[in-house]
Amino acid sequence: MQPPPTLHKVWRLGADIDTDLLAPGHAMKHGIDVIATYCLETVRPEFARGVRPGDVIVAGPNFGIGSSREQAAAALVHLGVAAVIAPSYSGLYFRNAFNVGLLLLTCAEAETLKDGDRIALDLMEPAVIDPDGTRLACEAIPGFLVDMVRAGGLMNQLRQRAGKEPLDA
Amino acid sequence: MTSIAPTGGSATRTAAGQTLAQKLIAHACGRERVAVGEIVTCKVDMAMFHDSSGPRRLQPMLEELGAQIWDKSRVVLVMDHYVPERDDDSRRIVRIARDWAREQALPHVYDSMGICHVVVPQHGHIRPGMLCVGGDSHSPTGGAFGAYMFGVGSTEMLGVVVMGEIWLRVPETIRMWWDGALPRGVTAKDMMLHMLGRFGMNGGRYQAVEFAGPAVAALSMQERMTLSNMSAELGAQAGLIAPDATTAAFLAEAGAPPVDPTPWFTDADAVLTQHRFDAATLEPHVAAPHSPANSLGVSHYAGTPIDVAYIGACTGAKLEDLRAAAEVLRGHKVAAGIRLIVAPASLRDQELARDEGVLQALMDAGAELFPTACGACAGYGDPMGDDITVMSTTARNFKGRMGSPSARVYLGSPYTVAAAALRGRVTDPREVLA
Repeated sequence: MQPPPTLHKVWRLGADIDTDLLAPGHAMKHGIDVIATYCLETVRPEFARGVRPGDVIVAGPNFGIGSSREQAAAALVHLGVAAVIAPSYSGLYFRNAFNVGLLLLTCAEAETLKDGDRIALDLMEPAVIDPDGTRLACEAIPGFLVDMVRAGGLMNQLRQRAGKEPLDA
Repeated sequence: MTSIAPTGGSATRTAAGQTLAQKLIAHACGRERVAVGEIVTCKVDMAMFHDSSGPRRLQPMLEELGAQIWDKSRVVLVMDHYVPERDDDSRRIVRIARDWAREQALPHVYDSMGICHVVVPQHGHIRPGMLCVGGDSHSPTGGAFGAYMFGVGSTEMLGVVVMGEIWLRVPETIRMWWDGALPRGVTAKDMMLHMLGRFGMNGGRYQAVEFAGPAVAALSMQERMTLSNMSAELGAQAGLIAPDATTAAFLAEAGAPPVDPTPWFTDADAVLTQHRFDAATLEPHVAAPHSPANSLGVSHYAGTPIDVAYIGACTGAKLEDLRAAAEVLRGHKVAAGIRLIVAPASLRDQELARDEGVLQALMDAGAELFPTACGACAGYGDPMGDDITVMSTTARNFKGRMGSPSARVYLGSPYTVAAAALRGRVTDPREVLA
C-alpha cells in the first residue's frame, strides 16, 4: 500500500508575475521575514497571511521576470510554498529559485489548474496530478538542480561540504 | 520556455561555425568549441557586486562557511543602491559594504560614484573575451564590450565567490540585425523598446541576444550599453555586441590594458535565429504602464498628461542621454507644474555634462539634480507618490516599481522624456527638435 500523496492547495496567479510583486522595492532593506509579509501584496493582498506550508503557486507564463533579487524566490520558501508551477519562467529567476531551495515546475498545461484546487506532485517524472487524477507532464530538471532543491538550496550543499549541519529548508 | 535540459539535435552539430556567445563560453571553460544545450562550468574573469545584493548577503554566508574570496583582484564592489543613505536601514546596509571592503582590502571599490553598470565599464573592468557575472539583473550591460556577462542572485554569487566558477547552459543566439541608420531624435532606447514591443518580456527565452548590423556598428559605446542593458527586459541571459575599434577606443580611454577585439565575432556559418529591422524607419517609442513590453510608437500615447519627468538610471542617464535631454530643453523651461528630475548615472558623466554646459542647460530649464545612484528606478531612494504619472528613462515600469502601486510610469528615450517635460504631456521629440 502506497501512502496517499500529499495534496497541495493551489494559489492561482496570472501571467508576468514580476520580482517587484514578489519582493517589493520598499521592503528590500529588511530581512526575508519582513519582505515575505509584503509578498504579492498588490495582486493577492491575502496571500502572505493566508498561505500555508505545502501550498503551491500556479501562474501564467513568464513567472519571475525582472530583478535578480533572490528574495523574490526566498520569500516563497520562507512562507512554506512547496513549488511554483507555470508554463515558463524568467531564466534568472529559475536559477535563483533552485539556489535558494524553491522547486519550479515547468508545465505547459499549468493554466488548466484553478485557484483552490488540491493537487499532487510527482517529482520523479516530474508531473502534476490534477484533482481529476490527470497527469500534467512537466519539463525534466537536470539532476544537479534536483539535488540542490532537495538539499534546501546551494547554501545547504556548501554547508554539508564544509562538514556543517544543513539548516531546515 | 525555460528549458535548461540539453536539446537533442543541436548537440550533434559540430561542423558549423560558432556564435560569439559560443566562442566566449568555450574560452571560459577551456574548450575549443561548445554546442548549444550543453551545460558547462566556466571560470569567472570578473564578479561585480553592489551594496544591496553583495556584502550584506555574502558576508554572513562566507563567514558561516569559513570560506574566502577566490581571487580579490577579480571582484569589483560598487555602492549605488542605498547611497546616499537616508535612514538607519540604508546606513546599516552601506556600512556593512564599507566595513567588508576595508576588512577584505578589496582593490576595486567604487563608493557613491554612480551606478555599477556605468561605473564598472568606465574603469575598464569589462573587456572583450571575458566571462563576467554581476549581482544585478542589468548585468548584461557588459555584453556591449564583447564579454559574456549576466546577472545572478546572491546565493549563486556566493558559489562564484567561493569557487571562482559558474555553470551555464550554452545558449542559442537570437541575432537582432539592424540595417540603416537612426534618424535624429531616435536612439538605442527606441530600438530596445521596439524589440520589447515585438518580442515581449521573455522573448529572449534566457538565450544570448546579439545586436548587429550597420545601425548597431554606428552606435557609440554608451548607446550600445543601453541595448545590452535592456536585454534583461527581453529575458535574455546575455546581450552581446561584437567588439570593434569603437570598443577598443573606449577601453583605451578608460585605462584598460590593450584589447584585441578580432577573435570575438559570430562566424558567417554559425547556426542562429535572426530578426531584421530598419533603423531608418524607426520612430521614437514609448512603453505604457505596467510593462516595458507595452511599447508602441510615440504617436499612440501622444497627449497623455504627465506630472513628473525622470531622467535617471543605468539605461537612461549617461552623458549622451543627458546631452539628448539638453538638446530638447536648452533655452526653454519645463511646462508649468511639471517636475523634472535628473539623476546622472555616474559622477564622471555628471562632471563631463557640467563641463559641456549640458547640466546647466537642464538646470536652467527647471531640473532638480538628484544623486548619482539607482534611486527612484529601483524604488529604493525617493519613490514616486500615489496616483501620479511619470515619464521616465528607466528600464522598468512594473506596478509599484518606483514606489506607489498607483503611480503610472511611461518609459521613453531621454529625448522623449525631455519633450514630455517641455510640453507637460507625452510628445514626439521630433516635433520639438525641429
